[in-house]
Amino acid sequence: MTPTPAICDTPAGGHAPQPGGAPSRIERAWEVLDGVLDPEVPAVSVRDLGIVRDVRLAGESLDVVLTPTYSGCPATEVIEHDVLAAIEAAGLGPAYVTLQRAPAWTTDWITEQGRARLLAYGIAPPGPLPPGTEVPLRFMPRANAVAPALACPRCASLQTERLSAFGSTACKALYRCLACREPFEHFKPL
Amino acid sequence: MQATSLCISRDPSVQYVLRLADTCLILGQRLGEWCGHGPILEEDIALSNMALDLVGQARALLTRAGQLEGRGHDEDQLAFLRDERDYVNPTLVELPRGDFAFTMVRNAMVATLLKLLWQRLAGSSDAELAAIAGKALKEARYHQQHAADWVVRLGDGTAESRRRTEAALTTLWRYTPELFVADAVDDAAHAMGLGPRWADLQGAWTEEMAQIFAAASLATPQASAFRSTGRNGVHSEHMGYILAEMQHLQRSFPGGVW
Repeated sequence: MTPTPAICDTPAGGHAPQPGGAPSRIERAWEVLDGVLDPEVPAVSVRDLGIVRDVRLAGESLDVVLTPTYSGCPATEVIEHDVLAAIEAAGLGPAYVTLQRAPAWTTDWITEQGRARLLAYGIAPPGPLPPGTEVPLRFMPRANAVAPALACPRCASLQTERLSAFGSTACKALYRCLACREPFEHFKPL
Repeated sequence: MQATSLCISRDPSVQYVLRLADTCLILGQRLGEWCGHGPILEEDIALSNMALDLVGQARALLTRAGQLEGRGHDEDQLAFLRDERDYVNPTLVELPRGDFAFTMVRNAMVATLLKLLWQRLAGSSDAELAAIAGKALKEARYHQQHAADWVVRLGDGTAESRRRTEAALTTLWRYTPELFVADAVDDAAHAMGLGPRWADLQGAWTEEMAQIFAAASLATPQASAFRSTGRNGVHSEHMGYILAEMQHLQRSFPGGVW
């Protein structure tokens, strides 16, 4: 583990361009990161997902701050590797990655572009998280165990039902559309 | 066996974090056993996903325990090179996975406990533990909802699913008092602001379990005088077998990686 940095409140991608002049090394790094795809969902970049929390200069090196999505996400180490490889390949190295757990990643950090890309890829993007931290247990008969009005990413029908709370990865749930009969995945709000 | 066992610190903060880590690690291993054996594909995938979450949480906690211990033990050494007596998970999580009803009733019990623990640990005096908890809490909520839905569906389902769920509950219930036995480790952790005494969660846990049982039309079993003692390192006969499976590779090929 690299040293724990201070908690960073900068929204992902929120680095302001320098007035006039060529893009800085940090700006170019952000552009490069927009091309580093998530290995499990290769339709969105790590920047789209909001897991790149900051890019900053630390002496001669670039420090890329990443926040993992799930505790057990097997892609975390691959992402770390891909991020460094892309930055080195763009001639922006040396660089290193800092993993930052707090504040915990939330699907609210997925960018608008990321949501659009998920949808185009056939994954229904997450809705906003409900306010507050208390999520009460609710028991529903199976037929009603459907998130309200989740639109099918293919035909936009709202006649959809949840098949399983866990899909091909921990971050997704499995649904099917009752109109076009196609199964699809939903990126769960977290 | 070629690799020697670690000598583990008795420091209460280390033991407190290890209890939590081992709870996640051993239940994660049990859930992982379902991979390829789930009753339906969706549940096979769900159980593997939850196993991944738990093992991920265990990795972070074991790393933190190693740092607090200060003897240079990393997550892998702590996961694979301790003796049975040095694992401090409650006995509940080491019991064999049983049938699907057994797994779901246990998951509901453990996910409810972990959710309550993570909620409080998010305010831990240890910043790293608080950060781990902030992430894990979100995952535990999904685990609890998943298991609770199944307990309701099975308990309130067919005669066969109900029979199995009742049998699972009767067996498992005897292992739940252990979760809330107060002791010096918990007292010390509480005093230093590291985390709650598990005993202090008993009321909230019992209330949430009662909600689930009511929705499943299951009766809460009678209390029993039996007390399991896994949290003190004294385990059931099942622990040695699961550790043998987990440790075989690292013991035979110390430091082996792929």
